[in-house]
Amino acid sequence: MAAETAARTGPGAGARIAGAVARQRELSLAGLMVVMAAFVALQAPNFLSASNLTQVTVVASIIAIAAVGQALVILTRNVDLSVESMMGLVAFVVADLLKFHVLPAPAAIAVGVGLGLLLGVTNGFLVAVLRVPSIVATLGTLSIYRGLDFLIAGGKQVTLGDLPAGYTDPARATVLGIPVFVLIAVAIVVFVALVLRQTRAGRRIYAVGSNPEAAAILGIRSGVVVFGVFTACGLLAGVAGVMWGMNYGTINATAATGVTLQVVAAVVVGGVNINGGSGTVIGAGLGALFLGLISNSLILLRLSQFWLQAIYGAVILVAVSLDAFLLRGLRRAALARRAR
Amino acid sequence: MSATGETPKPADAAVVVGETTSVGRSGPFRLRRLASWEALLALVLLGLVGLGAATSPKVFLTPGNFSNLTAAVMEVAIMALPMTLIIIVGDIDLSVESMLGLASAVLGFLWAEGVPLEVGIPVVLLMGAAGGLFNGLLVARGGLPSLVVTLGTLALFRGLALVVLGPRGISKFPEAFTDFGFGTVPGTPIPWPLVVFTVIAVVLGVVLHRTWIGRQVFAAGKNKDAARYSGVRVQRMRIALFVLSGTIAAFAGVILTARFASARADAGQGMTLTVVTIVLLGGVSINGGRGTILGVVLAAFTLAVLGNVLRLANVSAELQSIATGLLLILSVVIPSVARQVSSAIGRARRDRRPPVATAEPGEVQSLI
Repeated sequence: MAAETAARTGPGAGARIAGAVARQRELSLAGLMVVMAAFVALQAPNFLSASNLTQVTVVASIIAIAAVGQALVILTRNVDLSVESMMGLVAFVVADLLKFHVLPAPAAIAVGVGLGLLLGVTNGFLVAVLRVPSIVATLGTLSIYRGLDFLIAGGKQVTLGDLPAGYTDPARATVLGIPVFVLIAVAIVVFVALVLRQTRAGRRIYAVGSNPEAAAILGIRSGVVVFGVFTACGLLAGVAGVMWGMNYGTINATAATGVTLQVVAAVVVGGVNINGGSGTVIGAGLGALFLGLISNSLILLRLSQFWLQAIYGAVILVAVSLDAFLLRGLRRAALARRAR
Repeated sequence: MSATGETPKPADAAVVVGETTSVGRSGPFRLRRLASWEALLALVLLGLVGLGAATSPKVFLTPGNFSNLTAAVMEVAIMALPMTLIIIVGDIDLSVESMLGLASAVLGFLWAEGVPLEVGIPVVLLMGAAGGLFNGLLVARGGLPSLVVTLGTLALFRGLALVVLGPRGISKFPEAFTDFGFGTVPGTPIPWPLVVFTVIAVVLGVVLHRTWIGRQVFAAGKNKDAARYSGVRVQRMRIALFVLSGTIAAFAGVILTARFASARADAGQGMTLTVVTIVLLGGVSINGGRGTILGVVLAAFTLAVLGNVLRLANVSAELQSIATGLLLILSVVIPSVARQVSSAIGRARRDRRPPVATAEPGEVQSLI
């Protein structure tokens, strides 16, 4: 379609449209979601019920928080495949601490977040200090962290009844009709977006991702930046893990299995360039909401949940293909401008 | 200042020369490398066999145990062979475990629908090739990173497997077929899948280390642009390797279905980790351009014996998965640390000697 337009009106117009879509990624994604939501709401009116909207947005908030951490890592040309194991391990450890009354709830939550931080530091050490390529390091810790989880859980599970009364309430609580989890996710997204935009540390993340050599010449120590993003990713996975436990109540050693794929999909759909250097965490957050919307639509439209996995895969492939296509459009536009 | 600046140059040049000759016709018989990683692996393997024989002497050295321990890893070992070539060329294929699952699911579905296996197996292999072609086209023609493409197809293929078969399992396969999975070559403890593995390993080993195709694979892995300008059809080669990987993953799915006498959509979940671990443990560089089939074969057996020894010692499956993860990381950390240490030693040695002694007198003096 864009190619046809380009053929008719010269090289500039199609490329300009492509450029506009690429630049307004967040807006295009939001627009797409509104259209999708309208369609689903027409087919299944209970989509708009308060309980359904709460459910969709609460789950999406958890994925969004993990996706913010993953986006930071991907911005520096790395990837963290261990996110799901960090979330699962944190979720189980916190639940286990509460079950055996080792700690009061706030302390257990703090331990969980701290554990996430520690796991992230381990990843950061492997990648930034020992120079293990991130895919190898985090593929390794993906199975190490999950193994630890199984070792601690030993086939047992923590059920809702084992947890202190009221512990899981925040997952259902709302302020002015907005779920608390959504507010937490929005606060984290906005905070990290501001850090990325306004602070020196944030700009360094983009610098390392878009051109490591140039960043090194500017005196940016990429090792420190990479260590930092993996640590942040672990911290946010810890937060997401705690929230996962609150939302589901019943936790065993397989908690959050397969979430890494959703998190990476959210980041890619949200327009973060998989080769690093460009993209926003707002996009990543919207990407998480988009995936949640797809999952919910399948349920409401009574389609088989078996399709979900295939659709997530297709969404990743479409998003990266679209990115590459739009990027080529942008380049062509830039070349055309220079030629004129 | 300028003198110390020049001194590392001869050493760097020597390293580069060493690497280019290693890509060249010396192939797998690069004595220096053979003396390091492959020999180390063989030693570790021998040590593990000794450990197994010492800790459970009645079981470990029996022919039956040999069949068990090799059969248990054959699917991952077979998938590690094309993965070796893909990683040498600088790509990765995370989707193999899902293609294995999809192959198992489709084979089971076709069998349940009354399609004979003589038709079902070729159909499944063709589907594997098609899936690999899909990966390859997106990576080579679409210019997308293989990591993300195959992460996408990892989910896509598994999803399709679930759509085809759902949560049910298909069994009641003919005996001739399941015998291929857990039977052995008559009169020997050699499982049939090991025969398949050996054939593929020999063919790929010869192609990689003894033919122009292999040299092109290494050249493309070292420097894609340089290889392209030297007339290597890099993109076509990458597509071909993904097609090979998809086909062999589907074949591994057939083997797994036969071995378990059951077709399931969730077959092989998590296998990609083991496949990549075997390849990297075998001394293949994750950055491409370096590695041998021999190393990967040794690594596959090392992992098989390690798993067997741990199982016989009643070590839990969880600890085994931790061990696999650690092994993966260590297989990258150890060589890189060794390289840093040896280069640090080399630097210290050079610094002790007067700079004039190491440098070519005429050359360096003219530079100064």
